[in-house]
Amino acid sequence: MLIFEHSRPGRRAQAQAPADQAPLEGIPEAFRRRKRPRLPEVSELQAVRHYTRLSQKNFSIDTQFYPLGSCTMKYNPRACNSLAMLPGLVDRHPLAPESHSQGFLSAMYDLQEILKSVTGMAAVSLAPMAGAQGEFAGVAMIRAYHDARGDHERREILVPDAAHGTNPASAVMCGYQAREIPTLPSGDVDLEALEAALGPQTAGIMLTNPSTLGVFERHIDTIARMVHEAGGLLYYDGANLNAILGRVRPGDMGFDVIHVNLHKTFSTPHGGGGPGAGPVGVSERLAPYLPVPLVDYDGHDYRLLTERERPDTIGRLSAFGGNAGILLRAYIYARMLGAEGMKRVADFSTLNANYLMKRMVEAGFTAAYPERRATHEFIITLKPEAKALGVSAMDFAKRLLDYDMHAPTTYFPLLVPECFLIEPTETEAKEALDAFVEAMVKIREEAEQAPEKVKGAPWNLPVRRLDDVRAARQLDLKWQGENR
Amino acid sequence: MSEIPDDLKYTSTHEWARDEGDGIVAVGITDHAQELLGDLVYVELPETGTDLGAGAECAVVESVKAAADVYSPLDGEVVEVNESLADSPEAINEAPYEAWIFKLKMADPAQLDNLMDAAAYAEAVEAEEH
Amino acid sequence: MPFIPHTEEEIREMLETIGVSSIDDLFDEIPESLRANTLEGVGPALSEMEITRLMQEKARQDSGGICFIGAGAYDHHVPAAVWQIATRGEFYTAYTPYQAEASQGTLQLLYEYQTMMAELMAMEVSNASLYDGASALAEAVLMAVRANRKSKSKRVLVPRSLHPAYRGTVHTIVRNQGIELVELPFDDTTGQTDLDALETHAGSDFAALVIPQPNFFGVLEPVDQLTDWAHRNGLLAIAVVNPLAMAVLQPPGEWGEKGVDIACGDGQPLGAPLSSGGPYFGFMTCRKQHVRQMPGRIIGRTVDLDGKPGFALTLQAREQHIRRSKATSNICTNQGLMVTAATIHMALLGADGLARVAGACHANLNALVGKLTALDEEIAPRFSGPVFHERVLRLPMEVPQVLRTLAAHNILGGHHLGGDYPELENCLLVCATETRTPDDLEKYAQNLQRVLATRRQGACATMARIDL
Repeated sequence: MLIFEHSRPGRRAQAQAPADQAPLEGIPEAFRRRKRPRLPEVSELQAVRHYTRLSQKNFSIDTQFYPLGSCTMKYNPRACNSLAMLPGLVDRHPLAPESHSQGFLSAMYDLQEILKSVTGMAAVSLAPMAGAQGEFAGVAMIRAYHDARGDHERREILVPDAAHGTNPASAVMCGYQAREIPTLPSGDVDLEALEAALGPQTAGIMLTNPSTLGVFERHIDTIARMVHEAGGLLYYDGANLNAILGRVRPGDMGFDVIHVNLHKTFSTPHGGGGPGAGPVGVSERLAPYLPVPLVDYDGHDYRLLTERERPDTIGRLSAFGGNAGILLRAYIYARMLGAEGMKRVADFSTLNANYLMKRMVEAGFTAAYPERRATHEFIITLKPEAKALGVSAMDFAKRLLDYDMHAPTTYFPLLVPECFLIEPTETEAKEALDAFVEAMVKIREEAEQAPEKVKGAPWNLPVRRLDDVRAARQLDLKWQGENR
Repeated sequence: MSEIPDDLKYTSTHEWARDEGDGIVAVGITDHAQELLGDLVYVELPETGTDLGAGAECAVVESVKAAADVYSPLDGEVVEVNESLADSPEAINEAPYEAWIFKLKMADPAQLDNLMDAAAYAEAVEAEEH
Repeated sequence: MPFIPHTEEEIREMLETIGVSSIDDLFDEIPESLRANTLEGVGPALSEMEITRLMQEKARQDSGGICFIGAGAYDHHVPAAVWQIATRGEFYTAYTPYQAEASQGTLQLLYEYQTMMAELMAMEVSNASLYDGASALAEAVLMAVRANRKSKSKRVLVPRSLHPAYRGTVHTIVRNQGIELVELPFDDTTGQTDLDALETHAGSDFAALVIPQPNFFGVLEPVDQLTDWAHRNGLLAIAVVNPLAMAVLQPPGEWGEKGVDIACGDGQPLGAPLSSGGPYFGFMTCRKQHVRQMPGRIIGRTVDLDGKPGFALTLQAREQHIRRSKATSNICTNQGLMVTAATIHMALLGADGLARVAGACHANLNALVGKLTALDEEIAPRFSGPVFHERVLRLPMEVPQVLRTLAAHNILGGHHLGGDYPELENCLLVCATETRTPDDLEKYAQNLQRVLATRRQGACATMARIDL
């Protein structure tokens, strides 16, 4: 039932709004709204009950194992939320004077320093509001760098074929062409193909390391050297930073610019699809181009630097300073981990992934890169099961939901057929991993004995499989009312 | 095995072209292409009057899981588009060789001979699958 | 170990299963030269109790000001239920609803949100949100350039009365795609976009016209004329509006003869706390004919295998994970959590409640302006155009100095316009929302009075010296 269907004309949540309608003095009739929008008219209890009930139709980290590869669905500490919502922080206006901003700004300055330290970059801007915006900012800085040198011939950004779809999309938003580089069967980038693709038209390369294939790019220093020799710059997509946090720093690998997904590595909430935060870090030569605002400290006061103090900046990416409340949560998380805790993130996410991969292989499933060490995630291919039993990776994924576990990422990366990209994260206990293996084994048994059970899954959720084709062909994007 | 009529010409990017006479060809996507894409939910049509070079992107077919560009098989001008596909993209799934997407006035009818015939296309599809 | 559940024994068992002797061995594919040493600059771990004290101290430093700043972020009351429900783990810690069957809560909520937003804007369709208002406008500009097939230019008209940070953001995001933003001046008397200046562009090729309502000065733009001008000249009309204002002002879908083509803005006034500028959310609505050009997530209602209604992401083929370099945008997240709050906020307040909030804000602004202009005849509204809940005042003294003095007395007195508009050097943008009390307004007036008095004394002293 939709909230609109609980609505009755004249019913109101009385305590929530001012008691009277004040006249709109000074606003001529021509500017005023004539017809009220059809918003729900419900009591406070009805609204609370409706949305509480809706929440119960969701899987979430707080309620289920959520091994969604490439998304780092780890525990989001509650303290990060409650402390970011303290009065004084949660009600601070973005344009408040510096006299009323030192607490917030000091936290942001410290976060910049922490991110510099864990990424090995020379300077950091917290401005980007999501990973994709970080990518945009990063590529825009690469472009600003080449442009400032009068190097206008560089039109291409190289992107491995295993990359996230955002990489080529971000390159295009910066006015570049994206050129794909193939991956070898080992999971490493094809260096010969890279060599052939590099040239005076190369602006840079976008890499995720560990890659989306769940393996560490072993020739990263060679790649860095080749790209730099061709005059290009290296962009690090921080999607998989969780795997190496505190162990390896992208700056040391030779990257010139990086974005960090705080909603992955720094455990800020995913919130049903955002808000995220995607700070960018850069080497010295790109520092002038960082997006504004930045936070500066003169040993006495903290203050914001904007276009005025940073004339070469690529500019601003939002009306104010980005997703500040998310940055606060990440700051709190980072302080709770400390230096030792950062390294533990890499250690235990890697331990969990390698353990789970080994258990899956022992249970008869097929690892896509069996010869390689798993990083914080790994891929299995269900192609043998699909061939022998006629059940797809999608069927396995849907049946896992019946077993009260969120499915891993399916059909990504596109290079591996019928794949599961599995990322258990460091915050899951061994018994959760064991339970996952057990569920997968059971589903395979079901697929052998009663395949319709798997192909028709899920059975125990609020709805069964949804008709995507109908959703796209007969677009129903808003409630039209009962009588329409 | 998908259907590949003998009387049509084909491209390696899975378009078909049918000579309609008077220098006009109708263009659509092959049975193999629609099978790969699955249930189509949208077709973005080119505009009539557009001049296209052979190999130019000129339309998009979309399913729920993929979107594919349609390339012009020949040089020419778009003279007609199949407006009915806007409301019923599924026509391409149901009868791929009837549901033409656009018609082209060929700049050089001799170019038709450069396209693959049914046997060559069948071979290309076969090769792609392995 | 904070947040890590492994016991010593489990670690041993797991390493044994993997067949290595230590966790270090798991990193053996990483070249030795790349292994990091210590992380300077991170510091030791803090316990929950210690970080609580630290954050309380930081929060205390920033507390106590009575806020009369608006300029794109507004201090509204958010019902307690909104964030209590939004931070339930099932909403707070869920991911993007790719597995629809396991995400019906978020999906249905987003469908309800799309309905509410389309209603509030009187537009046909809404997406499930973008990052913030400024970046949503940038996306709207890109979308308009794609959607306006009649226009061959990549030029867009942007009024100077639009929020300067919005103009800056749009510039950052669109300039690398060769899109040119052409500025329209505002009328120095009314504060509205100068229609005569607009008319000089008639007949030139532009893809779109951006129309803010209210504009950055709080002034209401002649939206009917602007929208019709755009359509008469083959431009798409893009509205960028305060959604709360739309509870009482004519919504973009009804501007002019046909309504605008795209309406976007920042959703902050609908349940998002000020929080230093974010997270807020950008909203975007449009005519149905442009829906495939709209970036961001879109939710559709459909049925399941048993014919039961359900909700799913739809039109995904536009998006980066399928279209890659040909996507409508590189965006993959929305601001789901903020939209969750906004949906609950709108459900609790309803159309009537939102209109009351808007009315109370506006009445408070009028009361504030009345009090402040009564202090001194040199304090006066700068523009004559009608306003909503925000207004530019001209002061007889240096604004930054006044604001500093007021802040020292915990009055955050508004936003100085001189930085972005040199011609408005002595001007202050003030705002009062429904959360300001008569006592707050009185405090502002008293403190400003004191600043004025100090100035008069100073002036007298100067004159006295001259007399000697």
